[in-house]
Amino acid sequence: MTPFHGPYDDGDYADGNALAGPLREIFAVDLTAASGRCAHCGAEGPVALLRVYAHAPGLVARCPSCTEVVMRLVRGPNSAWLDLRGATSIRIPLGVE
Amino acid sequence: MGIVSPGFHGRRSAAAPELPPGQYLTEDFPVLTAGPTPRVPTDAWEFTVVTEAGQRYAWSWADLMALPGQTVTVDLHCVTKWSKLGTTWTGVSLDTLLENVETAADYALVHSYGGYTTNLPVEDLLDGQAWIAFKYEGEDLAPAHGGPARLLVPHLYLWKSAKWVRGIQLLNEDEPGFWESAGYHDYGDPWREQRYQGD
Ligand SMILES: [Zn+2]
Repeated sequence: MTPFHGPYDDGDYADGNALAGPLREIFAVDLTAASGRCAHCGAEGPVALLRVYAHAPGLVARCPSCTEVVMRLVRGPNSAWLDLRGATSIRIPLGVE
Repeated sequence: MGIVSPGFHGRRSAAAPELPPGQYLTEDFPVLTAGPTPRVPTDAWEFTVVTEAGQRYAWSWADLMALPGQTVTVDLHCVTKWSKLGTTWTGVSLDTLLENVETAADYALVHSYGGYTTNLPVEDLLDGQAWIAFKYEGEDLAPAHGGPARLLVPHLYLWKSAKWVRGIQLLNEDEPGFWESAGYHDYGDPWREQRYQGD
């Protein structure tokens, strides 16, 4: 279906720092310092600036430029599901070798 | 909304038979949302059904209002573990909407304004189990709860009752929706506690 272009209310979201704890459980690095490229509009920016909708069955992180979904994180009792199909890449700053 | 202690609800404790396993009772109506809330004016609203053969059926808001409505009182069970009992909704049964739709499809993918999707078997939409609901407790359905109209399919977890419903795609093959492709159960029966994949 063609996208519905609005109007929309923003709804209740937090910034990407809300992802810090849940992602640290999975990755050894702090991914909120990483930057990602949105698969929908191509905008690149830090994970910490994503819009995180947390009042939902999982965490839904959306692009601040186009509001499409960049990342979804679902935490079950025994597994976590991380869906990154909305990000073409994630650049993670690492220490100099 | 705070954590509700089951002990404060007497007979409606977590062990009460009217609640599925692992659920607690809530009196308010929590708003869950995975994104921005679309404000769809009813004069631009349209509901479509597209069959597995590509045939398209469409209803305007006036078309929907002209169909016979039903008022039903049902219990809601959210996968985030709250349940709300005895909620009253008015809507049009999917039996009515699909009555003249030519299809032999087994699966449905429900689409919402805003891009949300959820999947369920066609048989779960029929036989008085599902509605396109536009009134809640006698009032027009608020956008926060899915207005102007949402799918209501209360025998499955509430994420299947897509807010801001826009259309249904009828499919020969099952296609997972927004949460079903990110760890949640494909069917989502609260009485069998089908929360996550593998439950
Ligand atoms: Zn974007």
